[in-house]
Order: sequence, then C-alpha cells, then structure tokens
Amino acid sequence: MVRVLFSSAVRASTNGEKEVELPFAGTVAELMQALAERYGATFESRLMERGELRRYINVYVDDKDIRFLQGAQTRVGDGSTVLLMPAVSGG
Amino acid sequence: MKIAYDYERVKEQLTPAALATRPKTLWRYAELLPLDSPERAVDLAPGFTPMKRAENLGRLLGIRELYLKDDTMNPTYSFKDRPTAVAVSKAVEWALPAVGCASTGNLAGATAAAAAKARLPCYIFIPAGLDETKIFSALAYGAKVIGVQGTYDDANRIANLVADRYNWGLVNINIRPFYLEGSKTLGFETCEQLGWETPDRVLIPMGSGALLTAIQKSLEELVTLGLIRTHSVRICGSQPRGCAPIVSAFERGETRIEPVEAPETIAESLAIGDPASGPEAVEIIRRTGGFADAPLDGEIIEAQRLLARTEGILAEPAGGTVIATLKRRLDDGTIGPDERVVCYVTGNGLKAPHTFSGMLTELITVEANFEEALRVLEEVA
Repeated sequence: MVRVLFSSAVRASTNGEKEVELPFAGTVAELMQALAERYGATFESRLMERGELRRYINVYVDDKDIRFLQGAQTRVGDGSTVLLMPAVSGG
Repeated sequence: MKIAYDYERVKEQLTPAALATRPKTLWRYAELLPLDSPERAVDLAPGFTPMKRAENLGRLLGIRELYLKDDTMNPTYSFKDRPTAVAVSKAVEWALPAVGCASTGNLAGATAAAAAKARLPCYIFIPAGLDETKIFSALAYGAKVIGVQGTYDDANRIANLVADRYNWGLVNINIRPFYLEGSKTLGFETCEQLGWETPDRVLIPMGSGALLTAIQKSLEELVTLGLIRTHSVRICGSQPRGCAPIVSAFERGETRIEPVEAPETIAESLAIGDPASGPEAVEIIRRTGGFADAPLDGEIIEAQRLLARTEGILAEPAGGTVIATLKRRLDDGTIGPDERVVCYVTGNGLKAPHTFSGMLTELITVEANFEEALRVLEEVA
C-alpha cells in the first residue's frame, strides 16, 4: 500500500481527506493520475496543469523532495509515504 | 490568498499630513496592514529605521547618491521584526493558542520576541547546526527551539506538517499572507524617507524572494494612493552564489526555480534552497528592468568589512551580499555613477560573528608598558 498525505492547503482538492492508502506501484506521475481519477476535476485543475504537477505543489516521497530524486518519474510502491504540500517556504 | 485594501478609503486617511503626526514605527501605515484591531497590535516598535546617505562608501565605489536602509536597527536587529509584528498580531486577533515559524535564524528571534510580548507559546523550527548566536536569542525570549537534522527546507517541511496538526500560527507558513504584508513597510519607508520620491534602483537580498515581492507591492500601492507619482524603480535581487536558485532562474531566462538541495554559503539567512516567492521575484526583476546577481562568499565577507569601515554599519552576510553586488555591478557598468540607489541592510553583523573572526589576526597586543605601546603604535599608525 502507498500512503498519501495531503497538507491542509491541498485538502480542498481531496474532499477534505487528510490521507489515503492505495494499492499502487508506479511513478509519481502515474500516482497523480490515479489521484486525479479518485478526486475528480477539482484535484486535476488545482494541482495539475496539462497532466503535470503545478509549480507550487511539492511532492515528497519518504521525506525526500522528488526534485532531488527522479522528479515525476520517481517510483513509489508498497510501504512508500507520499506527501503533497504547497511550496511555501522562506521568510 | 492575496490581501487587498479599499484604496479609495485609505487614500483619504493615509496622507503626508496625517503621517507627520504618527509614531515612528511601521504602525504609521496601519491602513495598509491587514489588522482588524490595530490598537491591539503586538508592539515592539519595529520599523521606521534610518535611511542613511552613504557618502563614504559611495565615494569609494564611485556612485554619487547611495542610501542604506539600515534595518539592523530593529528590535531584534533584523527586518524580520516587520512581518512578524503583523503575523503575531493577527494570531492574537484570531486567539490562536501558539505561534512559531521555520527559520534560518533571524525570524526565530523576531517571532520569539513578539510571542514573548504577546504572552504566547512559541515553537521555532531551524536546521540543526545553525550558528548558535542565531538561536540563543530565541531561547532567551522563551521559545521552544526544535533543530531539524537537515536543511532549512527540511525544517520548513516539518513545520508545515506541525502547522497542519495543531491550530498554531506559524508566521511564514499558515499565516504567511499577513506576514508578507509587514515586509511592505520597508518600501513605504524608503519613499517617505526620500521625501515621497523613488530611487532609480533598489538592491534587495533574497532568501525566499518574499521581501522583493513585498517591496514591489508597496511601490504599486503608493502609486495607487498617489503618494508617489510613478513607479519606475529597477528592482534588483542578490543571493550568495552558494545558494542562488532565483538568480539562476533569472540567468537562464526562466521563471521556473530549480531548487538547491544543499546550500553552501556563509550567508545562512539567505540559504533557502527552495524559495517560495522565487518565480514571482524573477518576474518582477525582469519586468522592472532590474538584475539578479550572486557574489561569492569571499566577496560577501569583504563587502561586510567595507560597509563597517566606511559607514560604521555592522551587517550580517545578507547585507554583505547586497553591497558585494553593488560593487560588482558598478564595476561592470550595469549601475551608473549618477543613479540614486537604495541598498537594504537587513540584519545585524553581531548575529554572525564568525564572518568576522578572521579579523582577529589583526588584533595588536602589547606589554602593559607605555613606552612599548608607543613603539608599537608608531609601527602600525
């Protein structure tokens, strides 16, 4: 199972769900598609653009920013924890 | 979320005549700050810091009209007292049970001090290994400081998750829109202290890029209110070369930020590898005809010393970053000698004493003997 956590700023796109567990193995890009199918048009329009993640959404796989892994091609599978969070950082 | 105001109403209230009677703090611009009860603001009297004409430094570098906005003079010695004042005041208005932040150092002290004044618990998330001189003040103000083993961006991610779990106001995370409004006051003061005129160019240190975007917004608001006629200021940003994702995007001709995984710079307060306001900062720099520049750490330290020796201002490396960029861009002709330039010096050098530690080799020691002291003085004079 893959555990996906949604930070509060993202939950408006997930019907208020804080997290979900999915039987999934594949890339982050494929996971996002799966989530878009689960949560529908709001998720897709708010978090994605032409099938890709919007720039203000950060994705972490097991506490690691996917931009320092293989980006949207980073693989996730059984036991992975994925976090979706808005890009809010800095003072 | 973007915060807007009823500018027609503000225009009637926020006039030069009205300002002349107001306290010399950032609260003088209350109509342009998003508080419902400004009279209940958490007030450490931040802002309205000196705008200093830097004649010595200007002469040395070859520029006639150079100003330094000296925000080292704030209550906790950095510009972070501005955004924190507004954000913590908002937390009080909303009766939040605690406040906090993710910090590279300066924000830690500013948030902790405001929380102490507000009598609120405070939780600070910092990258473990941060210079201890930036931590002790937050501890002294009574905050709980949590060192996250990783970079600032790791500390920020953890703080985001904590903000989700508890109903706390983390000033640069879940009440960030209010926080950003406080930084605008640097831009308001710049114009007011120049007699409601604008500089030709401003040089701003960039960590997240938020300060730069706030100054742009402040100038736009002053035009809307008619307090300045136009805004043709070239807005320029500076980062240390060891952590320059915004400058890199500008140089590539893009707005997309490629984050820096492991920042390596002495300018810890600017060591934000994944700057949230980076894309907007790049757009503003480009739109206003400014530039983005990234000096090396050695140039930054040299510039800190130059600033101290010519103007008597001890700045932390963020200030050195801006002055180093000023020097580089005067040398290559990007900045002309007749321009009116304002540099923002955003934090005090006593917060980063290690950047001056190399100077201890210049310490002169003599025996406790007057003749010996005279002999040595003749050598060094």
